[in-house]
Amino acid sequence: MKLGASFVIGGALFALAIFVGLLAPWLAHTDPVMDANLLNAEEPPSWIWWFGTDAQGRDIYSRVVHGARISLTVGIVSQFVNSVIGVTLGVTAGYWGGWWDDVVNGLTNLMLAIPSLIFALAIMAVLGPGLTSLLIALGLTNWSFTCRIARASTLSLKSQGYVQAARVLGYGDLRIMITQLLPNMLGPIIVIGTLGMGGAVLAEASLSFLGLGIRPPYPSWGSMLSEARDQITTAPWLSIFPGLAIFLTVLGLNLLGDGLRDVLDPQSRSRRT
Amino acid sequence: MTSPPLIEVEDLRIDLDDRSSHVAAVEGVSFRIDRGETFGLVGESGCGKSITALALIGLLRQPLSIGAGAIRFDGREIQGLASAEQRALRGNRIAMIFQEPMTALNPVSPVGRQIAEMFVLHKGKNWREANQLAVEALASVRVPAPERRVKDYPHQLSGGMRQRVMIAIALACGPDLLIADEPTTALDVTVQAEIIELMRNLCAERGTAILMISHDLGLVANVCRRVAVMYAGRIVEERGSADIFRACAHPYTQGLVDSLPRLGSRAALGRTRLQEIAGVVPAIADFPDGCRFNPRCARATEICRTTAPETTLLGAGGLVRCHHHA
Repeated sequence: MKLGASFVIGGALFALAIFVGLLAPWLAHTDPVMDANLLNAEEPPSWIWWFGTDAQGRDIYSRVVHGARISLTVGIVSQFVNSVIGVTLGVTAGYWGGWWDDVVNGLTNLMLAIPSLIFALAIMAVLGPGLTSLLIALGLTNWSFTCRIARASTLSLKSQGYVQAARVLGYGDLRIMITQLLPNMLGPIIVIGTLGMGGAVLAEASLSFLGLGIRPPYPSWGSMLSEARDQITTAPWLSIFPGLAIFLTVLGLNLLGDGLRDVLDPQSRSRRT
Repeated sequence: MTSPPLIEVEDLRIDLDDRSSHVAAVEGVSFRIDRGETFGLVGESGCGKSITALALIGLLRQPLSIGAGAIRFDGREIQGLASAEQRALRGNRIAMIFQEPMTALNPVSPVGRQIAEMFVLHKGKNWREANQLAVEALASVRVPAPERRVKDYPHQLSGGMRQRVMIAIALACGPDLLIADEPTTALDVTVQAEIIELMRNLCAERGTAILMISHDLGLVANVCRRVAVMYAGRIVEERGSADIFRACAHPYTQGLVDSLPRLGSRAALGRTRLQEIAGVVPAIADFPDGCRFNPRCARATEICRTTAPETTLLGAGGLVRCHHHA
């Protein structure tokens, strides 16, 4: 079995991010919030301060490591919610058709027409900043692509012999959706989900940058960038390292998504067996 | 012979509703199948045999619908049943196998699981028991090493093996009626003979009736006790299969019989051209008036072009729909 380079590199980057997030308390040198010491303020990267320190003298390396937890939680949880909503709406709309299909289509078009970041901003403005409202806002605003894919897959799978056969053999609608439709569209759904996770990490960074996501002093990569904005000329390491973390994670997720597309492609799958 | 038939179709009409037009794709179709009987439905593509089968299991979808007539299964009208009751019949008491064994199996699910699903769905078994029963079902259709094969995916099996799996799924719940829609068309001839033999033996053992749908008159006559020939949405002749080659009454049936190549005919008659039926089956939208076979029929007269023939009873339980039957 030969896996593509993008799958391996993307998978490794994503695995690294997960690893860092899970082991953050052990990997970090200092507490990311409490260990402020003005005597160490704005130290450039060195052997003691790997990524340098910020204006309050907090270790950037420790903050980036802890920031992985928040960014990945937001990415994974919100994209999971998006996938569940998108697949449920898409499959039922494609399968039943009729007025329900019209309603779902209208809703999807609406979601696609409003920029999702603006929509998330509006939800955040109502719910207030914080991790929970961030998860809700991003989980409700990015399901439209998944929904489109699920609906289109359902429409084409619906006419397949085995779906017809299942109906003839007495399967109910729900059983057909779960046993016949869903497993056969899992490939594209996972690919879209992986790409969406990268998007959610970026969206969290953007919202936190705008001051509506994670509030200081808690470290998320976006809020760290936001705080570092004023010192970008005097202490560039404040923005470089969280930015690099975002860049590598999103790059990893996008490569993983591309790689998965090849791995899950039924044609390449049948070649392997 | 007074017990009610297993399935009885009476004067069935199936409508095809487009936004612009409204035509009867199948009309005046009546037949009955007794318990354990084998019945064949023969006709060219598009003559309505497959949609008749779909109507039997209550699965006609828009734009097709039952316009008139009745279908009674075990004395109960199928159209009158709630959809949950219909679903409980399907797969459990009426099962079906299809032409394309490749596409009729779910590609991402092991075949054992697909068989086991039937026991879970219709017999209320748990997955442990169902998986055990699946191995037995696979063994009963003579798949070698069934306990290993249950873990295989459809693409790992040959066409003949897949059709065996389909038969195992269809017969899993011990149905009363097996509808076989062109079950061997996609297979090559030697495999075809094995599959037919297997299907016939299993159904005979279990007392399952077979409704076999095919365009192959020879195959159907070989498998079935009685054969009905369909043309353009109507049954034109129904006969015991032993009689159909010896003395068919309808000119269309005669044409079908003549168009079969016979072994040894060249030695007996010299080099002759195989007979064919001139013309093509009319499209559903332009079925001719009167007898629908009249434009292609050598015996057609004026009455054939104006009046649709009624069913005439023949000796030995046969019937024919023709003004000038033999």
